[in-house]
Amino acid sequence: MKPPRFEYHAPSTVEEACELLGSLEDAKVLAGGQSLIPLLNFRLAQPAHLVDINRLPGLDAIYERDGGVAVQALARQAAVEDSEVAAHVCPLLTAAVRLVAHRVIRNRGTVCGSIAHADPASELPAVLLALGGHVIGRSARGDRIIDAGDLFKGVFETALAADELLVEAWFPASSGAFAIVEESRRHGDFALAGAVRASGRLALFGVAPTPVLADPANPGRGLQPSGDLEATPEFRLHLVRVLTERVFAA
Amino acid sequence: MKVNGSLHAPPLDPRRLLSDHLRHDLGLTGTHVGCEHGVCGCCTVLLDGEPVRSCLMLAVQAEGHEVSTVEGLAAAGAPLHPVQQAFHECQGLQCGFCTPGFLMSVVGLLAQHPDPTPEQVEEAIAGNLCRCTGYASIRRAVHRAAELSGK
Ligand SMILES: Cc1cc2nc3c(=O)[nH]c(=O)nc-3n(C[C@H](O)[C@H](O)[C@H](O)COP(=O)(O)OP(=O)(O)OC[C@H]3O[C@@H](n4cnc5c(N)ncnc54)[C@H](O)[C@@H]3O)c2cc1C
Ligand code: FES
Ligand code: FES
Repeated sequence: MKPPRFEYHAPSTVEEACELLGSLEDAKVLAGGQSLIPLLNFRLAQPAHLVDINRLPGLDAIYERDGGVAVQALARQAAVEDSEVAAHVCPLLTAAVRLVAHRVIRNRGTVCGSIAHADPASELPAVLLALGGHVIGRSARGDRIIDAGDLFKGVFETALAADELLVEAWFPASSGAFAIVEESRRHGDFALAGAVRASGRLALFGVAPTPVLADPANPGRGLQPSGDLEATPEFRLHLVRVLTERVFAA
Repeated sequence: MKVNGSLHAPPLDPRRLLSDHLRHDLGLTGTHVGCEHGVCGCCTVLLDGEPVRSCLMLAVQAEGHEVSTVEGLAAAGAPLHPVQQAFHECQGLQCGFCTPGFLMSVVGLLAQHPDPTPEQVEEAIAGNLCRCTGYASIRRAVHRAAELSGK
């Protein structure tokens, strides 16, 4: 199928983008488009306006900040995968990005887009949560820092307001032992379930409406994963136990 | 936008996908469309030299950029591009539906890794689906393409 009708905006400054998001009714940010365009093609999303941020200058840096690595809104997943700063400061991020889709998708998709999209089975939100990172939301009202623990509200739902642009995600250094493992039916697919370890902290993805922190000694406690054609809830709980063992053996 | 070296105006309708623009407005039907959600890979083109899914981009987004499609690999009547030659030699295709996407993904791979390891080859073509060949001949073709390109 083809995208529904929408009005297209391609602002050339971040201020202009924030103004548009603040003034337009029912607008969506278009970043890498690797999640949003499929949703448009299948008409699962029908926003009245698209605010394309791809022409915003100076928004694609990956740099060291406050002992962690900051990734700006237009830094592509492929650039983060190849980034020496990321590999040096937060090798967990490098390892996680490699599990996202395929290289051709990562050439367009952004790290901040993955976080804003908040797919429950996505790797990067879980990594942000395991590390205790944050994002910076910018609007005409100013900047605000949102901690990973307060960011993920539900399936495809974050604490970002409709007029806020996610301008930067900050991942603390993965200084201690770290690992990310997942189980999926095919290489590059979304995970049926996954686990991220950052030192003693454990975050799980694909098993709840949002990524969740879990107790490494009893990772399945309180979880009620959903079932679908690819995995039953029981199988997902089984995966949680096995994957947790694997990340702590790594 | 530039497509295979020549300048074109972008479409007026912003919801035109790059894949549809190439095929329907510019008549470049070598770029195939299978799934329109990024999974099959047969719509892969190069955007400023990097492989991307043309079904996951609006054509207007390509304004000011360079797009290369399978038609740009070799002029009609000219010798095949090394990657095409390698797919031909190794029988890296049967029906050919997936082939344009494989070719563009492999051109992108060899630009980044001129002498790819078997793992890099697997990784690079894992995002392209082929219902015919079973992939073994495609894998061989990619290594052969690296050889031919290195010459
Ligand atoms: C075949 C395929 C396989 C995939 N496999 C995986 C996978 O295994 N794991 C995974 O995590 N993802 C996967 N993805 C999704 C991919 O990683 C996307 O790139 C990512 O989810 C979204 O990033 P994007 O930049 O493309 O965002 P877009 O698609 O442009 O946007 C996604 C959503 O986020 C919002 N948004 C984006 N950027 C911002 C911003 N800066 N501020 C505010 N809102 C914003 C948009 O409005 C939209 O609602 C896959 C995609 C495909 C096509
Ligand atoms: S048509 Fe674009 S990936 Fe299938
Ligand atoms: S040759 Fe037929 S799909 Fe690949």
